[in-house]
This record gives sequence, C-alpha cells and structure tokens, in this order.
Amino acid sequence: MPSLPDMTTPNLTALAGQALADSGHVQVPAPDAGQEQFSEWLQRLGDNCLILGHRVSEWCGHAPVLEEDIALANQALDLIGQCQLWLGLAAEVEGKGRDADALAYLRDAGAFRNLLLVELPNGDFGVTLMRQFLFDAFHIELLRALKTSSDNRVADIAAKAEKEVAYHLERSADLVIRLGDGTDESHQRMQAALTKLWSYTGEMFLDDAVDQAMADAGIAPLPSSLQPAWDKTVAAVLDEATLAAPTGAWQHKGGKKGIHTEHLGYILAEMQFLQRAYPGAKW
Amino acid sequence: MYAQMVKSEGSKSRDEMTPEEIAFQERIDRNEKIEPKEWMPEGYRKTLIRQIGQHAHSEIVGQLPEGNWITRAPTLERKAILLAKVQDEAGHGLYLYCAAETLGVSRDELLEKLHSGNMKYSSIFNYPTLTWADMGAVGWLVDGAAIMNQVPLQRTSYGPYSRAMIRICKEESFHQRQGYDIMMKMCAGTPEQKAMAQDALNRFWYPALMMFGPSDKDSVHSAQSMAWKIKMNTNDELRQKFVDQTVPQAEYLGLTVPDPDLKWNEEKGGYDFSEPDWSEFFAVIAGNGPCNAERLGARVKAWEDGAWFRDGLMAHAAKADERARAARHAAE
Repeated sequence: MPSLPDMTTPNLTALAGQALADSGHVQVPAPDAGQEQFSEWLQRLGDNCLILGHRVSEWCGHAPVLEEDIALANQALDLIGQCQLWLGLAAEVEGKGRDADALAYLRDAGAFRNLLLVELPNGDFGVTLMRQFLFDAFHIELLRALKTSSDNRVADIAAKAEKEVAYHLERSADLVIRLGDGTDESHQRMQAALTKLWSYTGEMFLDDAVDQAMADAGIAPLPSSLQPAWDKTVAAVLDEATLAAPTGAWQHKGGKKGIHTEHLGYILAEMQFLQRAYPGAKW
Repeated sequence: MYAQMVKSEGSKSRDEMTPEEIAFQERIDRNEKIEPKEWMPEGYRKTLIRQIGQHAHSEIVGQLPEGNWITRAPTLERKAILLAKVQDEAGHGLYLYCAAETLGVSRDELLEKLHSGNMKYSSIFNYPTLTWADMGAVGWLVDGAAIMNQVPLQRTSYGPYSRAMIRICKEESFHQRQGYDIMMKMCAGTPEQKAMAQDALNRFWYPALMMFGPSDKDSVHSAQSMAWKIKMNTNDELRQKFVDQTVPQAEYLGLTVPDPDLKWNEEKGGYDFSEPDWSEFFAVIAGNGPCNAERLGARVKAWEDGAWFRDGLMAHAAKADERARAARHAAE
C-alpha cells in the first residue's frame, strides 16, 4: 500500500511544479493541439478522479470492515490528489486565471467531463468495488500510455498516478475475484453489480475529435486503442471470479461531452455547497 | 482519548494482595512495562480491555462527525486533509483493537458489545457537526482534549497500549494543528465565517470539557486505575490543563470562550472556569445525546450491510485452502 501523504505536505500542484523544475524537463507546447482541446482533455482526466474520489469518500466510516474504511479513504485520497494535478494543469493550459479549485467547485454539471460510470451511486459494496475494478483496469492502461506523452507535464503526472492506480487495480481485482467466487450471495451481488455497470464501460473507449487531436499531437493514446488490454484484464479477472460479462451491446455515453446522469447534479450540489453559498470566501 | 468512566476492578489494599499481586504492583511502581504473555491480575486485564476497547470504539465512531463534511469540504486541499485525518482515526482504531486483542478479546467480540450498547464510546461524538467551522473546532478542541489525555498514556504500564499511544500521539498533534488552521482561516475570513467559528466554539466548548469525565469527587473508578498506571492523571487535572492551554488559543483567534465566569487565577496559576452541565453529560452517556441514535445506527448498519462481504471473503479463503490441499494431494 502506498504511504499516505503526511499532513504537512504542501499542496500537490506546487509539489508537481517543483518536481518538474528539478527534472530539468523543457516545456514544449504540444504541437498542433489547440490549447482549448488540451485543457478539455485534461479536464476529462481530472473530473474522472474528482467524481470517483468523491463517491469513494462517501463510504468513509461506513465500510463493511475497518480495513476497508482505511483502504477506501486511501484510494479517495489518491484520486483527489490526482485530480488536483490534472485540473491544475487543465487550468494552467486554459490560461484564464482559474485554478483546480475553480474548476472543481465553480463549474456546473454541463461543464464536467467525467465518464458516466464514475458518477453512478455507490450502491452496495459490490457495486462500489465492481465500478472501481472496471475503471481501474481502464485507468491503468491510460496512465501507462501517458507516461510516454509528448507533453512532459502529462508524462510526469501519469508516472506518479500509475504507481497508485496499480495498487488500486491489484486491490479491486483481488476483491472481485474473492467475492465472485465466495458465497452464493456474494457471487450474486457481484454478478448483479457487473450487469448493472457493464453498459457504462463502453464510453471509456469512445474516440472523439478531442481524443483525435491529442493522439495527433502525441499527447495521449486514442481511447479505443486501450480496449484490447482492458478486455484482456477484465476477462481474466471475471473468469477467475466465476462471473459473466453481459452480452448486450448497448452502451451509455455522454459524460465526456457534458451530458450526464441525474446523479451528477446532486454530487455537485453537495460538493460545491460552501463555495456557492459563500462566494469568494477563503477556506 | 476517549475513555470516560471506565469501570475499574480489583481495588485492594496491600494486605489483601496475594504475593503475585504484590510483585505485579512492584513492577508497575518501578515503571516496568507489562507485556501480553506475562501474568497480570484479572482486574487489570478486564479494566484495560474496557478502556482500550472504549478508546478504539471512539476512534471508529469518531470517523462519522468529520466524515459528515468530507463530501462538502470547501477546497480540494481541505478535502484531502480531512480524508487523511479521518483515515488516521480508522488506523488508530485498528492499532487499539490489536492492542486489546493481546489481552485475549477479539475485535468481533468488542464490536458486538459496541453494537449491542454494552460498551460505550466518547460522549463527544454524539454531538452534530453543523458547519464547516465544526471541522476546525473538532480538530482544535476535541483532538486537543484527546492529546491532553493521551500524551501521559504513552507512559502507561501496559506495553502494547503504550506503544499504540506513542504512534497515535504523533498523528493527533497534526490533527489538532489542522483544526486550528481551519479556525484561523475562518477567523480571518468574512464576518459570516467568523460567526461560524464562534458558533462552533460555543457548541463544542462544554462537550470538550466533558471529555475528561466527571469531576474527581464524583469519579469512582480512578484510584485503582491510577495505581496500575492505566490512568495517569485525574479528570480535573487534565481538564484544568486543557482550559489553561486553550483559552489563550481562543484569544489569539479573537473568539470568546462561552463562559462568563472564566477568569485567570493568579494564585493557582490557572483559569477558574464553569463546570459543564453534568446532567447533560449523563444524558448523553445514557444514549440521549443529539446524535447517539444516528452514530450507533450508522455503525450497526455498516456492520450488518457488510456481513455478506465478510462472509464472502471467508468462504473464498476456505475454498482456496481446499483447492491447495487437493492440489498437494494430487501431486503426492
């Protein structure tokens, strides 16, 4: 398990900036990628981390066993930390004077770019774990590919996040296997979770114009290129877990373009409450 | 912290003690640590189980009032810090349950007693957290009071408890600082923020004073626990120390402690202050605090809803063992 940042750690954005300065990387503007598209793409990454981190943090104090409380809080922390890095960079690239907090707390739902999968309610612990596994298996492939991004800032964030996410996947895959092949009840719950979530996985691999621009600039892989590796990981884990992926082809989409489920509005109403109720206050 | 009114057993005069008990008391008087496998009086063991167990329960129930604001934390940094803090508390619970297990009681048994109402957790966690300033007040006052009690407990006579306290104290001091940092931000902020900070102090001041337990004159369980060095200071000593430390911190923030009779007493070198309303304390302990039902209900629900998860993992482990055995058998 990765160690926790201690309470004295200055904010992660500043740390990342320092790491970059130390590494001697030269900042090369991404060739041919519109800054607007680049920022949009970075917001997709940051929003996935922010919204999933929020959902996972809802478990705090309510998990089925103390070790899970600790593990989930750790995972939520990792995701919020990654979100700070991605949204911090998104704001910098955007160049309109916003920062990561402004993006997180002052955009409305239509401006959020996360996948629908990560905003779905926690459900029972099985749904939470299955959602995590399906996302982790995608997240790890994305981060691995981003380590060779033509943009050094992206590559550096990806390298840091990959270490954390490798652990997330190890943990979620292990639990999916154990619970899938546990009792009848745990099997049924995990199968129900898989069936419920499956139609929200296709969106991870849809390419659009922003993705194409990122791929053309060498910043990021096309999402569709990540699917074979994801398919392989998921098939192997589900097989060992004695679970069966649904065969229906229907897949929901919209999150990447800002068309969300009804759930996101409630997440934001809660998350943004203080910033909205007391505009301009410093916390 | 967070052990209040722990019932102590086995108070005996030296004349009534067996030679073993005398030798045990002498080890404690020499500040030797007692370790799990060593002989100890049954009363010592039982009292420690109650105290460590109550402390562990307080840590895990204590996740809830702060967990209440994680999803509403006002900035990403505050959210991360609060998550880390609440995670620390779960970690403290884990160390403490482990320390209790060395005394021959399982975590499941202790949890069963918590869930059935046969073991308590600190009264403080039965108060609601109503505004973001409460995250500041909880860190500053509640963790501050906890530290007051836990720093001396690092020297407690039972080795595993003492070592758990040493680790816990390191983290608690960060917690208190983060709470005070929130208060400083709020007090330097808008008038509404400052009003929230004052309101949080108003609501948490007396409940924080209650954390040390009833006044020494009404505290029936102290003497034996102090002889055994399970309890290091009296309730009133710690409460006084807490007030003396906290009042200047409130003044620095520009906040008013909600006690019109608070006054520096030159002669005793400490503040005179009003006692909390002990009838409220006993009502909260008896289950009638503002959030008792929600807090315990949330823990019981988490445990019951999680039964299938725990059972699933156990069943898988049994299957994996069986498969390994079959594979070994086939190989032979």
